Amino acid sequence: MSVSYKVGTVKSKQSPNVNTQPKAPVVKGVKTTGKKKDEEEGIDTADGEEWMQGKTLVKPPDQLDLTEEELKEEITRVLTANNPNAPQNVVRYSFKEGCYKTIVFVDQMAIHFELEGNLVHKESDEGRRLMAKHTEREDCGGDERLENVPIKPGKREQKVTNQFNFIDRASQTLNNLPREISCQTEPPPRANFSATANQWEIYDFYVEELQRREKSKEKQESQFPNKEEDRSKKKMIQAEAQSDDISQLAKPAEIIERMVNQNIFDEVAQDFMYFEDAADEFRGEKGTLLPLWKFQYDKAKGLSVTALCWNHIYSDLFAVGLGSYEFTQQERGMLLFYTLKNPSFPEFIFNTDSGVMCVDIHEQLSYLVAVGLYDGCVSVYDLRKKSDQPMYNSIASSGKHTGAVWQVKWQKDDLDSNHNFFSVSTDGRVVSWTLVKHEIVFTDIIKLPPVDKVPDDLKNVVATAGTSLDFHKQKDHHFLVGTEAGKIHKGSKYYSSKFLEMYDAHFMTVSCVRWNPFHPNVFISCGWDWMVKIWDHTINSPVFTFELKSSVTDVAWSPHSSTVFAAVTADGKVHVFDLSINKYEALCQQKVVSKKTRLLHIEFNPVHPIIIVGDDRGRVISLKLSPNLRKKPKEKKGQELPKGPEVEIAKMEQLLSSLR
Amino acid sequence: MAEVEDTLKRIQAQHGVIGTIVVNGEGIPIRTTLDNSTSVQYAGLLHQLTMKARSAVRDIDPQNELTFLRIRSKKHEIMVAPDKEYLLIAIQNPSE
Repeated sequence: MSVSYKVGTVKSKQSPNVNTQPKAPVVKGVKTTGKKKDEEEGIDTADGEEWMQGKTLVKPPDQLDLTEEELKEEITRVLTANNPNAPQNVVRYSFKEGCYKTIVFVDQMAIHFELEGNLVHKESDEGRRLMAKHTEREDCGGDERLENVPIKPGKREQKVTNQFNFIDRASQTLNNLPREISCQTEPPPRANFSATANQWEIYDFYVEELQRREKSKEKQESQFPNKEEDRSKKKMIQAEAQSDDISQLAKPAEIIERMVNQNIFDEVAQDFMYFEDAADEFRGEKGTLLPLWKFQYDKAKGLSVTALCWNHIYSDLFAVGLGSYEFTQQERGMLLFYTLKNPSFPEFIFNTDSGVMCVDIHEQLSYLVAVGLYDGCVSVYDLRKKSDQPMYNSIASSGKHTGAVWQVKWQKDDLDSNHNFFSVSTDGRVVSWTLVKHEIVFTDIIKLPPVDKVPDDLKNVVATAGTSLDFHKQKDHHFLVGTEAGKIHKGSKYYSSKFLEMYDAHFMTVSCVRWNPFHPNVFISCGWDWMVKIWDHTINSPVFTFELKSSVTDVAWSPHSSTVFAAVTADGKVHVFDLSINKYEALCQQKVVSKKTRLLHIEFNPVHPIIIVGDDRGRVISLKLSPNLRKKPKEKKGQELPKGPEVEIAKMEQLLSSLR
Repeated sequence: MAEVEDTLKRIQAQHGVIGTIVVNGEGIPIRTTLDNSTSVQYAGLLHQLTMKARSAVRDIDPQNELTFLRIRSKKHEIMVAPDKEYLLIAIQNPSE
């Protein structure tokens, strides 16, 4: 019940027309201010009058004291229907005038009491709904349940709660305590994997794949014989895995050794490649030999170098044959192969029972090495095989020499394409050996004619020792043999009974004969009688003769020039001649070894301008030829210098013709 | 097998060679003439470097292969010769 009271406390003095007396508000009761005095005055005054007549006037202490005039003043009171609580100064902004304007009409309605009814009109939606529900409830127990079932879910509405009597009751179920159950397994083992996929890895993989496919193809083609092979292969593989790891390191170890050597002999290597003695310009014609590497093997110390041979295919590889020239001191022998890349240790080492006297490396198949021994055996080694044993060996029954073999030379393959080589020895026979499958077969070519000094009846017994053998470069059926007696015989492979020519070369043993590599007619010979002689094979007497101050042990032509040759003597000197420059004197006479060491062999390198000399202490020394020793004929300005063997031949020819 | 041993001994005996190390495929030295810590250090570092160098060479041309590697420093020269699985390292003091 809302009742609005007039708040204002208007105290008004009552008009005296009514016999009212100022009341004592205390007498009336509690709610003095809230009452409209006009309405309740009548009732109260009636009561008050009766009560008050017997008493004096009581004035409240705070009553206004007014004068008589003031008391008579008439005050009008108006009764309006205005809501005293309604605001009287509502202001609204007027957009039209752009200012605030007071609103005249303000809602004066005051609501004292409000009650919402629950009557619903029959025709309204809600009314209809309720009607339907009502009828629904009545029919609930009837046979129309089936019809209602589909209807029910559609008509399910929210239950309308009773506003007065509704009780919401909640209950809480017992909630089980939440429990955590977890299970931990052992994590799967982890491994870090990282890999790179480079171009080369892909390439490698493809190569392997290809190989695998090929192998599988092979297997498919031939299955039976492979079974046994597989077994043996398996054994092999197992054995390899068990053996110590570092056997694979052979190649890297070799490389490192060479690198280390290169560092140690760095200056030598640089000299070998690049050094050209500038002082040669001031020396006139003379030249020098620059010592490069020294090759020494400590197990070969007691032996002398008996043979030297360069490999034609690998121009840094050479063979050294070691043995002894002393008749009394015959022990073992060795065959060593050195390379310029590794001067400290030989590449291949072969031990032989008797001293090696001569070595020759096949020109095309540089793994075939023929060796002649002091005991008359000839052997052929195959460098591809790792064994110490020769591939072929001649034994007594197969016609080996009865004396030391002094020279072996490979020949071109014969008509059956078997390899063959020639040998000459102290027993005076020149023998050709042919390698047939696993055997070595000998063929006597010719026997050296006996020396004149030998008495006739002993001629068949005492053989003429052949000490040197050389085949002509172009017409290889021609060959020269030097003998111990100092004679040189020219023979031919096709004539087995007789020699074509004989030259009275030296007074003592002929130590070496060699054909000139360019000129077809010229050969050189040297002997222990201190002489070096150059011959034209058509002429019986030497074309050039040089006397060196000591017995000449070896002589060699230079492969670059037809007029250059070098000789070594027993006093340790190397003599280099160039006939096109100086016909009488050596351009260089240099002592390369210490006293009392004899130089025994000399060889020119086919490619590089170096020579190797072997001495009787088992050492091999390499020397570089200075520019003066390798001179080519001067070019005239503007003219192109013709190169080739023809030039060399022409040079020689010129020389020879000048002498005739 | 014995040849390899001989060769290694010879290398070690050469003038100026400070040490040789044989390293296996994982970078662990299996044979060395130097002390352990130095060997391990050399082996680890040079193994990686050789792998890198080999990768570089083969990347350029997959048919090519690294033969050896030489590192020359002020004090000495380190030479590495790789194999399929192994690595041979030699440290030398070049010409004095």
